[in-house]
Parts: sequence; structure tokens; C-alpha cells
Amino acid sequence: MCLFAFLVLIIFSFAFGTGLKSFKGIIPGILWVAFIFSGLLGLSRSFGVERDKGTLPGLLLCPVSPWEIFLAKMIGTFIFTVIMEIFTLLVFTILYNQNFLPFLLPLGLVILLGTLGFSIIGTIFSAMSSTTSTRDVMLSILVFPIYVPVIIAAVKATGLILDGTSIQTIYAWLKILVAFDLVFLLLAYLTFGFIMEE
Amino acid sequence: MVELQKQEYIIEVRGLVKKFGFKSALRKVDLFLKKGDCLALFGPNGAGKTTLIQTLCSLMRPTAGEVVIAGFDTRYDREALHNIIGVIAHDTFLYDNLTAAENLYFYGRMYHVKRLNEKIKELINLVGLNAYVNDQVQTFSRGMQQRLAVARAIIHDPAILFLDEPYTGLDQQGIEDLKQLLMKFRNQGKTIILTSHDLSRGLELCNQAAILNAGVLIYQEDIANIKKDDFKQLYLKLTGEKKWPVQAPLLASSKNSRRSCGKISYPS
Repeated sequence: MCLFAFLVLIIFSFAFGTGLKSFKGIIPGILWVAFIFSGLLGLSRSFGVERDKGTLPGLLLCPVSPWEIFLAKMIGTFIFTVIMEIFTLLVFTILYNQNFLPFLLPLGLVILLGTLGFSIIGTIFSAMSSTTSTRDVMLSILVFPIYVPVIIAAVKATGLILDGTSIQTIYAWLKILVAFDLVFLLLAYLTFGFIMEE
Repeated sequence: MVELQKQEYIIEVRGLVKKFGFKSALRKVDLFLKKGDCLALFGPNGAGKTTLIQTLCSLMRPTAGEVVIAGFDTRYDREALHNIIGVIAHDTFLYDNLTAAENLYFYGRMYHVKRLNEKIKELINLVGLNAYVNDQVQTFSRGMQQRLAVARAIIHDPAILFLDEPYTGLDQQGIEDLKQLLMKFRNQGKTIILTSHDLSRGLELCNQAAILNAGVLIYQEDIANIKKDDFKQLYLKLTGEKKWPVQAPLLASSKNSRRSCGKISYPS
């Protein structure tokens, strides 16, 4: 994941350079493209071991609810994705000579909320597509359309934060991210048992 | 062992139907077993044996009918049910990149097994894998993996065991060891459902026999009432299976080999 994120940043670095007049405007886009595409690599591994080794029934036969299995997988995905994002921000700082320290708190909040939504949706669809032969392709096809509201909200909020606007300005975007996370968390709670059975 | 609720039958299956799309895998199956019963379930390929086992252990939801095991409905009391059942299937459910001990430790933690390290040592000893306890499962032979799968399935000391063709891939020694182990479980009073294609092995171990064909439970009887020699004929008659085809010996020349491969004769 980290290597892929690094390559994405390198490619964008060569494509745009840092001398671009409106470079600041494309920073959120570059960051989130690196986050999402690299995150997808990790996402496909979420249920990969269970699928490849046929251990999913063994897991389901343990005295834990499907919801607990979902939470464990989702938290695992979330932690690894956040580690990749921290690495990406560090590389971005070095390659593009950008200082994120003044915006660390609001930026961190947006990234965490966006990553949480990504992990929730990703875990649901990773479980759904884990039984298909075209798992990786299916995962991208399923996740991206659903994840669009989060991408828009996260990119917009990141842009506003880097412009130095106040936290009130990004409040509306944060609300979208929180609402999205809560709705899909509830959806996972209600449906994950059925997803696991079939 | 978990204290089971006192009732007449420990396994109650009523009108069980399982459909995959329009195809019925199980058609109104009724099955009742008492505590300590050991049922050998036979049937040709595609009869629905694995589907029945998977439905009994709640890996599949019934399309209709109900399955109650030790008082727990498989649709609603899955977590409680999983504490009292152990499953050995075609797949071993083991993580290849973990060692034998790590696999047992993982599953032991999932089942909240007390004094886990001692339990792991005891099980490793029981299945005869002492020399390989710290080896990764991917280096194990099929037989060793199946032994470890047995240890995994009984790590929480389940009262009921579902065994879906447990002898698959085992060599003669492995089969003999597993048979002894299953005899021990039966003598401990565990309730066992075993699916197998090997009639003699199933009849030897169990006290009841049943035949499933095309999703219908067409026969169930106490083994005490069965003449073992006649059972094979009965099985073939009820399932409509022909006697096992004997292939003509392959000839050395490729031309003749091709011809002989397509020719199958049945013993008279």
C-alpha cells in the first residue's frame, strides 16, 4: 500500500511539478487519489486470506456474531489505511515541500472520517466480493460509486483546510462525512450477517 | 463440556428445505437424534449431505423448516450453538501461514477456552503432532492438516460433532488414527453426525445409519437392526446407483488407450 502511494505521488510530482500556479488547488485531489487507490489494495486483502485458504466457515463457526467479525475486519483495515496515509503525508511533505503541521488537527479529522467511511464500505463489499473469482475488479466497481459522496466531501474539506479557512466553513462537509459513516455502519450492522451467510 | 438443556432430542430437524435458486438441495428433511447418538449419513454425490451438515451447523440458513440443536434454533441462537458444536469438513479451516500451535491458539481465543496453553499441549499430543507444533501448516501433509483440523474442532470440547467426510485425503494410518479418535468421542457420549461414502467405516463407528438421496432422507435405522452385508445392496437399490464401474485395463499404445478409456464395463 505504502509503495503504491509513494509511486502515485512520484508520478504526480513528475506530471505537475510544484511550480504550477494553481498547485495548491490540486493537493487535495492528489492526496485522496493516493489514499483511495492505495487503500483499495489493502481492502482486497481484508477477506483475502479467508477466501484463499477457505477459513471463512471456521471463523463463522466461532461463537462470535457476524457484527463482531465485521468490526474486527473494519478496524484492521482502518488501522492499516491510516498508517499508509501517515506515510503518504510524510512523503508528500518531502516531495512537494508542503507543510501540513499548521492544519494537522482539522486535516487529521477529515482524513480519519473519510478513512472510516472507506473502511466500512470496503469491508462490506470486500466480504460480498470475496466469493467471486474477479474479486479485485468487483471490489473497485462496487466501492467507488458508493464512496463518491465521501470523496467529494473529503476533497472539498481538505481544500478548504489547506486554504486556511476556519473550522466552521468545513462544518457542512464534516457533517456529510459523519452522516455517511453512521448510515453505513448501521447498514453493516443490519446486513452483515446475511452477507456472511450467502 | 457445556451443560446441555435436558430434552428428549438433542438434534431436531423438522421439514427442512434448502433451495439454491430454483434447485432444491434438501426437501422436507426430518431428523431426530438423542444425546450420545452417532449417525452415519450416506448418499451419492450431490445428495445434499454437505448442505445438510452446513445447515445444521448454521453456516446456511434454511429456506423452510426448523433446526433446533440442544434447544438452540440455528437461525437465532448461532453464538450459543457454536459453543457446543465442532465441525470437521473437507476444508480444514486452518491458516496456512500460522504454525499448528498458533492456529489452535487463535481458535482457542475465539472460543474463550480456559487454560489454553495446557489445552493446546493436550490436543497436540492427542492428534500426534508433537514434533510439528511449531511448524507452519503449509508444510503439513493433507493427513497432518486433517489431524490438526480435528484438534481445532474439539478445542472447546463440544458436545456435538459434525463430520463431513472426515477421512478425505487421509492415508491408512491417518484413517485408523481418526477412527480411534472418533470411537473415543462416541464413548465419551458426544453426539456425532458423520457423512461418508465408505459404508463399512460409517457402520463400524455409528449406532444409526441414514441415506440421503436427491435431498430426501429416504432411510434411517438403528445399526443394530441392519445386516451389514445387506446394507450395501439396500444402499445401491435406494439410491439407484449402479455398481462401481470397472474400467478396462489401459493398453500401452496411445491409440488403444484412448479407445479403452471410453469403454466402461459393469461387473455382472
